[in-house]
Amino acid sequence: MKLGLVVDLDTCVGCHGCATACKQWNTSGTIGPLSDENPYGKDPNGAWLNRIRTYEVDDTPNSKTVNMPMSCMHCDNAACVTVCPTGASYKREEDGIVLVDQDKCMGCNLCSWACPYGARELDPQEGTMKKCTLCVDRIYDEKLPEDERKPACVMTCPTKSRVFGDFDDPNSEVSQLVRDRAGKQLMPELGYEPVNTYLPPRNKPVVEMYETTSLKDTVKGWVNKVIAR
Amino acid sequence: MHPAFSVLVFTVMSGAGYGLITLMILGHLFGLPQLQDSTVLLTGGGLAFALISGGLLSSTLHLANPKNAWRSFSRFKTSWLSREAVFAVLFYPFLLGYLANIWANGTEVTGIAQLAGFGAAALAMVTLFCTSMIYASLKTIRQWNSSLTPVNYIALGLMSGSLLLAAVQSAVTGDLSSTLHTIAMGLVVLGAVVKVIYLFWIGKPAGSTINTATGFTQASVRLLDQGHTSNGFLNNEFGYTVEANKLVRLRVLMVAIAFVLPFLLLLTSSAGLLVLAAILTIIGLLVERWLFFAEARHVVRLFHGDQRV
Ligand code: SF4
Ligand code: SF4
Ligand code: SF4
Repeated sequence: MKLGLVVDLDTCVGCHGCATACKQWNTSGTIGPLSDENPYGKDPNGAWLNRIRTYEVDDTPNSKTVNMPMSCMHCDNAACVTVCPTGASYKREEDGIVLVDQDKCMGCNLCSWACPYGARELDPQEGTMKKCTLCVDRIYDEKLPEDERKPACVMTCPTKSRVFGDFDDPNSEVSQLVRDRAGKQLMPELGYEPVNTYLPPRNKPVVEMYETTSLKDTVKGWVNKVIAR
Repeated sequence: MHPAFSVLVFTVMSGAGYGLITLMILGHLFGLPQLQDSTVLLTGGGLAFALISGGLLSSTLHLANPKNAWRSFSRFKTSWLSREAVFAVLFYPFLLGYLANIWANGTEVTGIAQLAGFGAAALAMVTLFCTSMIYASLKTIRQWNSSLTPVNYIALGLMSGSLLLAAVQSAVTGDLSSTLHTIAMGLVVLGAVVKVIYLFWIGKPAGSTINTATGFTQASVRLLDQGHTSNGFLNNEFGYTVEANKLVRLRVLMVAIAFVLPFLLLLTSSAGLLVLAAILTIIGLLVERWLFFAEARHVVRLFHGDQRV
């Protein structure tokens, strides 16, 4: 199995719901707490496992606003794991999930330097490295109803822009989406082979532009029309 | 990259210590006449011990959870940081054995002196190499991901070590060894050449861009919003930015203090000024290490709006 997420950049509205749900679930999950420093003060700072950034792609009139949620890509070739000196970071054989053992981490930051996607953040209170767990404590929990055995971010997304599944299974929803919508990996040139895949925005007709004309031009055009008649 | 002061101190001090001990032991074992003096060897060895141990202790200061530091020996197979830790510890019995032998039996080159000495010298260089590979192995930082990084670390470690060795020898015996003096001059020139090549090399644009990072390779991409109202871990760790002209000024300062001034002081061939030259080099290398971090740009910056790294 190769578990991961597909993120649809066409439909994501950038509501930050996934990030909030992620923080809520994981702060009391296996790697919790996800602490904050100065949460209600002037300069709040805390560990988040999911961040949403917004870009403008291309120039008017073709420009488009793209919201890009990013959490750990659970890379096939995860240098964050090999650089870790303590063995706290590891990638699971059975499903490819990359995790940090909070009891072993010494907070050296090296894995966060090795990650190209900014997926790892040091917990300001605990001094250990935090990252997306792919909600390993939800997806296998047999006490949850079957359709809730999904990551918190996937469950909460109001536009269904996040899809969870097995990339090794060619018939899974994620594999189909990647095929149908030409899914892309981010920064493939670094060779990390990220599992999470992004569906590019669909091409839509360019918005029509309304050209304003001055009063003088309007009157002139009108006069010309009258004279020509 | 944010330059953590403890890491700057660690890499400069332990680099100088490893350089010093390697040159001193090799000089002694290969029969350099001025180094067949147990006071010189014990002083040099003590200084190297202090620099290396101080550096290693300083390196633990940047750990956010040091109580797990002992676990860092466990991933020797894949992690350069783990290898560095293992070799740094292995080095000590050889160094202490070598120094104890000199203290007890004097400077005669016996089998035990050779075993402990060559072992300590080799492990010193291997540890320094592992330190440099921690940085050089990161594909995410173009300015570090190069064979120039280990070349820099080793050349600059040997250079500062050679100045310290010449300074210790002349301070203890009161007269200058022309061989050590020449070696130091040669290594200062070598260090300067290596550093200047590095500075030219990182100036060339290459690598990932905001387009490959976001996957939109056929159009311009601009950041509209980072998605948070105040700086987080990623901003603090990777967002470190220094004005371009301040960087240029610091580069000039670094080349002057670390290389040019010590070289000029060496030209005077005065024993007292040698100590000053060694101290200046160490200060200059602290600036050099600060620049090594401040000029390194991690690819996460692309997601935060940089067009290229
Ligand atoms: S996204 Fe970063 S933290 Fe996650 S597996 Fe890849 S390199 Fe590691
Ligand atoms: S911060 Fe923790 S998980 Fe990351 S490399 Fe260091 S010890 Fe490993
Ligand atoms: S899978 Fe879970 S841990 Fe990962 S981003 Fe989603 S909610 Fe957060």
